[in-house]
Amino acid sequence: MKYVDEYRKRDLILSIAEKLKTISKKEIVLMEVCGGHTMAIHRFGLNSLLPENIHLISGPGCPVCVSSQHFIDLALAFSRIPGVIITTYGDLIRVPGSSTSLEKERAAGSDIRIIYSVLEAVEIARQNPGKKIIFPGIGFETTAPATGAAIIKARLENVSNFFVLSAHKVMPPVMKALVEDGVKINGFIAPGHVTAITGISAYNDLASLYSLGVVATGFEPVDIMQAVLMLVSQIESGTPKVEVQYRRVINNDGNRIAQKILREVFDYRDDLWRGLGMIPGSGLRITDEFSSFDAEKQFSIEVPRSTEPKGCICGEILRGLKTPVECSLFANKCIPSDPVGACMVSGEGTCATYYKYRS
Amino acid sequence: MCLAIPAKVISVDGASAKVSIEDIEYTASLLLLDDVKPGDFIMLHAGFGIEKVDPVRAAETLELLNEMKKYRTH
Repeated sequence: MKYVDEYRKRDLILSIAEKLKTISKKEIVLMEVCGGHTMAIHRFGLNSLLPENIHLISGPGCPVCVSSQHFIDLALAFSRIPGVIITTYGDLIRVPGSSTSLEKERAAGSDIRIIYSVLEAVEIARQNPGKKIIFPGIGFETTAPATGAAIIKARLENVSNFFVLSAHKVMPPVMKALVEDGVKINGFIAPGHVTAITGISAYNDLASLYSLGVVATGFEPVDIMQAVLMLVSQIESGTPKVEVQYRRVINNDGNRIAQKILREVFDYRDDLWRGLGMIPGSGLRITDEFSSFDAEKQFSIEVPRSTEPKGCICGEILRGLKTPVECSLFANKCIPSDPVGACMVSGEGTCATYYKYRS
Repeated sequence: MCLAIPAKVISVDGASAKVSIEDIEYTASLLLLDDVKPGDFIMLHAGFGIEKVDPVRAAETLELLNEMKKYRTH
C-alpha cells in the first residue's frame, strides 16, 4: 500500500537503529502518548531494536481507556430509555460500566448499533423520525471534528432527533498534566493525527517550560524509529524542541477547516479522565448555540456514583507509572474476551496490546 | 482510535469522494478538507478525510532516510 509499505522496510528500520546506537549515551525515557503508537511499537517489536538505555513508556492516548466510568454509565442509562437508538463506534461497546456494558444492554433488548462514521448516525436519525438517536462521542482532536461536522450537517438539514453525548477530549492539557504530576520523561512521541488537526504550536509550552522534546510522529515502524532518533539527537545535544517527523501528513498550522469546526461546535471544559482525575480545559462540551444536539442538555438523567473495578491499575498504567505485567489481574482475571478494565478492552489499550504481543 | 489509512481518491462528488484502499472502494466525507482532486491521497479516519498526504514531503523524508542507509553500507 502506498505511503505504508515504504515505511515498513526492514533495511531502513535497521539503519536507523544502528545510527541510534552510535549517538545514544544518556538514559532516556520517552512517552508515546497515542495508543496507535503503542500498538505499532509492540507489533513490530521496536523495543528490541533500541539501545538498552532508551525506554519507551505508554501514555493516556486511548480514548476508550480514558473515558470515565461516569460517561460509560451515562451512555448505558441512555440506552435504556424507550425510543432511543444508541449509535456508537465499535470500540466502546464492550467497555464495562459499573454493572453492565452496551454489549450486554444490546443483548437485553436495547437498540444499539455500531457505526463506522458519525454521518451514519445522522442518516439513521433521518430514517427514524420517531426515534431519538444518541451518539456517544469519544476520541481526541482527530475524531472530534467529524462529530462537529455531523452536528453542523444535522442542523443544516433539519435533522432534530440526533444527539451527541460528548466525551471528546484534547491531548495537550493531559500531556502537561502528566509532566506536572511528576512523570519522569525526557520527551514525547506526539500523536501524528491529533497534530495533523491541531498543528504544532499546541506543544510549545512542553518544550519551553519543561525542557522536553516533542516529535509529532507517524504510525509506521520507520516513522517511530525516526522519531526516536530525532528525540535522542535533541536530548543528547541539550536542545529539546518541537519537531515534526510525520511531514507527509502534518502541516505546522494543522487543519484549519477542522479547527474552525471545533471552535464553532465545542467549548473547552474541565474533564474527568479515568485514572488521572479532573484535568483543566481537557474536554470538549457542545456550545450553547448547538445545545439542541447536546444529549446532556436534552435528556435529564442521573446515574449513581460510579465505581472503578477492584484491583484494576488501569489509571497508573495510563499515567506511565506501571506496566500491565505489574497488575495482579493481567492475563488471568482480565483478558480481552472478558476484560475487567478499559485498558484491556480497546485494541489499542496498553493492556490489550501487551496481552496480544506478550512473549 | 486515532488511526487513519492512506486512501487514493478516485472521484469527487461535492463533499464526498470515492476512494480506494488496496482496490477496495469506500466513500469518504470531505467536510474537513478542501481542494481534493482525483489522484490525491487522503488520510481516512472514521469515514472522514482528515488531511491530504503531501507527495513531495513524503519523498523528501524517504530520501533522507535512504541517505542514512547508504552511509551505513559504505
